[in-house]
Amino acid sequence: MTTDSGAISDVAETSTPMSRAWRDPRFSPANLFRSYGGLIAIALLAYALLVWAPGELTPFRLGNLGKYCCWAIAAVGIGLAWGRGGMLVMGQGVFFGLGGYIMAMHMKLEATGPGEVPDFMSLYGDGTMPFWWEPFRNGAFTMVAIIVLPALISFLLGYAILKRGVKGAYFAILTQALAVAFSTLLIATIKQTGGFNGLNSFSSFFGQKLNKSTKQDIYLMAAGALIICLLIVWQLYRSRFGELLVATRDAEARVRFLGYDPANTKLIAFVLAAVMASVGGALFTPLVGIISPSNVDAAASIMLLAGVALGGRSTLMGPALGAIAVGYGQSTLSETYPTSWTYFQGALFIVVMLFLPGGLASLWTKLKGLMPTRSPLDRRPVSAALAVGAEAAK
Amino acid sequence: MDALTTPLLTGSATGAILLMAALGLTLTFGQMGVINMAHGEFLMAGAYATYLTQQVISGSGLSVLVAIPVAFLVTGLLGLLLEMSTIRWMYRRPLDTLLVTVGVSLVLQQLARDLFGAQGDPVTPPSWMRGSIEVAGYAWPHRQLFTIVLALAAVALLHAGLKRTSFGRRVRATVQNRELAETLGVTTRAVDRSTFFIGSGLAGVGGVAISLISGTNPTLGTTYIIPAFLVVVAGGVGQVKGTVIAAFAIGIATAFLTDWTSGSMAQVISFIAVVLFLQIRPQGLFTVRTRALA
Repeated sequence: MTTDSGAISDVAETSTPMSRAWRDPRFSPANLFRSYGGLIAIALLAYALLVWAPGELTPFRLGNLGKYCCWAIAAVGIGLAWGRGGMLVMGQGVFFGLGGYIMAMHMKLEATGPGEVPDFMSLYGDGTMPFWWEPFRNGAFTMVAIIVLPALISFLLGYAILKRGVKGAYFAILTQALAVAFSTLLIATIKQTGGFNGLNSFSSFFGQKLNKSTKQDIYLMAAGALIICLLIVWQLYRSRFGELLVATRDAEARVRFLGYDPANTKLIAFVLAAVMASVGGALFTPLVGIISPSNVDAAASIMLLAGVALGGRSTLMGPALGAIAVGYGQSTLSETYPTSWTYFQGALFIVVMLFLPGGLASLWTKLKGLMPTRSPLDRRPVSAALAVGAEAAK
Repeated sequence: MDALTTPLLTGSATGAILLMAALGLTLTFGQMGVINMAHGEFLMAGAYATYLTQQVISGSGLSVLVAIPVAFLVTGLLGLLLEMSTIRWMYRRPLDTLLVTVGVSLVLQQLARDLFGAQGDPVTPPSWMRGSIEVAGYAWPHRQLFTIVLALAAVALLHAGLKRTSFGRRVRATVQNRELAETLGVTTRAVDRSTFFIGSGLAGVGGVAISLISGTNPTLGTTYIIPAFLVVVAGGVGQVKGTVIAAFAIGIATAFLTDWTSGSMAQVISFIAVVLFLQIRPQGLFTVRTRALA
């Protein structure tokens, strides 16, 4: 009888969903944190950027923070492509610039007024507008173009490069060459793109006068876009695609033998990274009030990488936080010591890559590695350890 | 005729400079899988070495000739320092090496700016290099001819060194199969160091040629590093023959394109051309056949 009652109580216990959920190791606090901790981190950042910062910071500082957020958006994409996908993208400035210039063209045309031609075109050229400027008068077209154009270009380029199995350092060099080509092209086409000066002196943003409250709205859009990008990446990282991407990074040949085309996986990550960079650039232009080749050239692309490397390229929050930190460091250091910033940036690459390739995010695990640890056997309950010991003694 | 010879001749000189820049890159890339983004700054160091040599022995027409070994030694030692201090710790992480050397290049650039000023200094070519010779109606400056001779001499020396000397044999063995070379008694670490020394030194010699054409400049490295890498990519990594062909092809093609369109368009087109070329030959012009997974 006693055995019977025992059986019954067993059944009763397992059939209660609550208690089963509690016992199930999948739902242990540690595992829940592992699964949803990223969301908590994103929520904290969202609170800091969307609630705390607008109330606490002066408009000037808020504008600066918005600028860092734009870099951070691009950095999240780099984290996806480089950290998870193993593709060192050294030319994200190109896509940042595409978004930035598309937005700038629209705002420039808005500032110029209907039927008029932007001032620099009559200053440097013959006062006629290139035909491809015309569609950007339309706000809806501009917004679509900010997403579609970089996606298209990165797809074509990625398809050409990745499908032929060009990877590693070759890929990195080609993307950097792209950034160099893009900025030289911009500088050379002064009549069409404003050349070295870039595009500036805007007056309105989609019909709204560029005043303090509009600027705050644009800041909120930048911060919001950053949060959305983080959420997208968070979901991607826990999806099957995320697994495949990491697998492709770590053992491309094996992924191929399992029947996947690694080029497709990488291509998706590359295109997503490009679109994110473009969105960042598109919000950068109205916040800063200018976009010029120096915002998008090889040096700017490398600065984007610095933040990602510092924060931790393969982590969720590392790239975004790193980019904000590097942006902040650049504007404060370059104000007080203009030359030392370059040294600092160079040293940052050397030190991080040499000693902390996982970025600051890996600092904790590194430090933990220095502590004495218990062997996995010790972590089991004492009875289990004893049982193993007894087994071994036999 | 002039429209044909002028770009051909100036393009060959550009190609020669690219060749000297790319030789060192392809050597270190091919052997160690290391991408040295600071290589452009080694060119710059070579140019500054020429400038300083000329400050010490000014007036003498020999200063440029003296500068060649000086630049080779200076940049070679710089490269050795870089290898021994950082790169040797990260042979298994090529992409991270790339970024470390990006950091090094930023530091070296700023250092040059602080030491010599942002403006850059002129290097006066000696009198025997100032004239020009008439080639099919085009007055070809001696400087450009000198650049080509220098580059070809460097290639010939390197090629002979790799094929004929025992050191070259060790280098080739290390390139082809590092583990096997080690089991046969080659100290691959020592080979790595010497290769890095020579590769960096070659950049210094390239810097001498550049300084004669455009003087010194802190940003000199950034203008040459990407075209030089495109040469390496197009020519096939670790291939002297491929590098020579690709360097002259890109140099001459860029000169023609500059003639037809503009300097910046030429750069854009040559980038697209290299990407398209990789569609046909993803591994570059020449490759070492291996059984490794592509």
